[in-house]
Amino acid sequence: MSTRGDKGIIRIIVVAVVLALLLAWAEGDLAFIGIGPWDAYFVRILNLAAINAVLALSLNLVNGFTGQFSLGHAGFMAVGAYTTSLLVMTPQMKKTVFFMEPMFEPLDRICIPFLPALLIGGAVSCVFGVLVGIPALRLKGDYLAIATLGFAEIIRLVLQNVRRLTNGALGLKGIPHVVNLWWTFGVGIAVFLFFRGFVRSSFGRALIAIRENETAAELMGIDIFRHKLLAFAISSFVTGVGGGLMASLLTTIDPVMFKLPTTFQILLTVVLGGMGSLSGSVIAAFIVTFMTEFLRVVEEPIHLGVWSIQGIPGLRMVIFSALLVIVVVFYPRGLLGNKELTWENLSSPVSRLFRRRVAS
Amino acid sequence: MTWSLFWSNLANAVSLGSLYSLVAIGYTMVYGILRLVNFAHADLLMVAAYAAFYGVLVFRLPFAISVLLAIVLTAGVGVLIERRAYRPLRDSPRITAMISAIGVSFLLENLGLVLFTGRPKSFPVPGFLGASTDIAGIRVTNITFVIVFVTAILLLLLLYVIHKTKTGIAMRALARDFDTARLMGVDVDSVISLTFAIGSALAAVGGIMWALKFPQINPLMGMMPGLKCFIAAVFGGIGNVVGAVIGGFLLGVAEIMLVAFLPSVSGYRDAFAFIILIATLLFRPTGLLGEKIGEKV
Repeated sequence: MSTRGDKGIIRIIVVAVVLALLLAWAEGDLAFIGIGPWDAYFVRILNLAAINAVLALSLNLVNGFTGQFSLGHAGFMAVGAYTTSLLVMTPQMKKTVFFMEPMFEPLDRICIPFLPALLIGGAVSCVFGVLVGIPALRLKGDYLAIATLGFAEIIRLVLQNVRRLTNGALGLKGIPHVVNLWWTFGVGIAVFLFFRGFVRSSFGRALIAIRENETAAELMGIDIFRHKLLAFAISSFVTGVGGGLMASLLTTIDPVMFKLPTTFQILLTVVLGGMGSLSGSVIAAFIVTFMTEFLRVVEEPIHLGVWSIQGIPGLRMVIFSALLVIVVVFYPRGLLGNKELTWENLSSPVSRLFRRRVAS
Repeated sequence: MTWSLFWSNLANAVSLGSLYSLVAIGYTMVYGILRLVNFAHADLLMVAAYAAFYGVLVFRLPFAISVLLAIVLTAGVGVLIERRAYRPLRDSPRITAMISAIGVSFLLENLGLVLFTGRPKSFPVPGFLGASTDIAGIRVTNITFVIVFVTAILLLLLLYVIHKTKTGIAMRALARDFDTARLMGVDVDSVISLTFAIGSALAAVGGIMWALKFPQINPLMGMMPGLKCFIAAVFGGIGNVVGAVIGGFLLGVAEIMLVAFLPSVSGYRDAFAFIILIATLLFRPTGLLGEKIGEKV
């Protein structure tokens, strides 16, 4: 038993060191020994993938593990993104951006470091999550989905209309670009580890019990409403943090970014990875983000010697939406279903392969 | 506010309400039978509007014929969606079918963006529909009357089909109890296909009239009206056709009047519908006319 534990710890240390070296290499922190940084475009995609993984994980906690179908993700993302941005933007920048109407009094002079701003963004999003969750989580199934969608849309419309706080439809520009791979992967790994611990805790098991059979879970003494609300609150906190990271990566945000298609895209990631699988969500987030970038090819003209094929703008999203329908109709369990990718099931096919070769 | 302004607002409100009603019927019929929020229904408005647009401007067909073809085509698309994306999931959890519906809606919108580009196109409005009539000093466009008239006719026709024909009885039986209806010899698949065909055709009429009323069409034009029509269906009592019509009218009238009387909140016009939705779901989840629908376990 103890050897097994030691093996686990060694494995974790090795993975952590390898990952840290890779991140340092990519970010150019190893430039003093003459390697790195990686191509800026590639690093940007990696950042995006990690943020998408955070967003997918948080949606999966509510939709996959608790079985409460929420479509309000974009709204909470918007709250986190706006809060974080407004806190980290410099007063001069605020003055430039808010040229239509001046900003609210105390907020136009506030400028705090990124980490506390990110956490406050998550906290504000969490407050919104609780405020939305208290009425909405009394509903079930498709009604809950529609209600959360409605709340998200209301949040977006408020952001669009409260010009002195959010600069209205013009959005925010000049948000400091603080995030790098350390931030995005750091947050991503922290969220993943926290969720992994959470779904294995008694709370997490209660959530899964609620998903499987609400009546039975209630009879077992689980306070259904409080557990749902807790999952919703945690999810909206993490979503808000994801939104804050996204805002810092993109440096500009506006209310149109947080419409329904944003939620759909995260939903696609969760469904593709498997509802109720954390590692599935992470893998799917990387697949979807990288596919989004590599499929740019189909939208640009391709030149083959004398011929050139006209690219079709927008075709990527057609492929993704078709993918969502195909996955749901033919592989409703997604990549991993509700299983997790572990060392054991990762290594067993490999070792089986070796064993077979030895036998023959 | 002057009386003449009030009356022209009211005319506007009634025609918007009629459009909402037409589209809400499709949502309520599908939900009544399959317990599915058919997100793709909203985008059928767009499909119909573009089909009519291309019929008139590209294929040079007379307006009436291209409208008819557009309605038939949209009904076909509706049936096809049901067969390919919903029927395989009929025994899956309801949420799975809803994700599929979201995917189809997303697919139609993006396909629209690829095929028709995101740039809005101006819909060809025939002269006599675009003209206005003076009634006691108030100018009302003719399309306003046409919308209300067409909606009334179609509604009466639909009520006749649902209550007096054999197919209508089969639809109501399916909505009441799926398995028993099947045991009684109802051909489930064809009745569901027919339901989708009728709902989609109504959405097509709604979409084309929408395009006549607001003659700028774009691939995302169905999204917001679609959500509002679903809200209207919930507000009226989902599963109930008359409820959907009443819900659609009330929502349309309330929306226009809110903006007319309180111009300062016009930026929140779209939020208003969602507030109605949430209030309905919390305080009267069965809607105005809805019967209690037990969760199918």
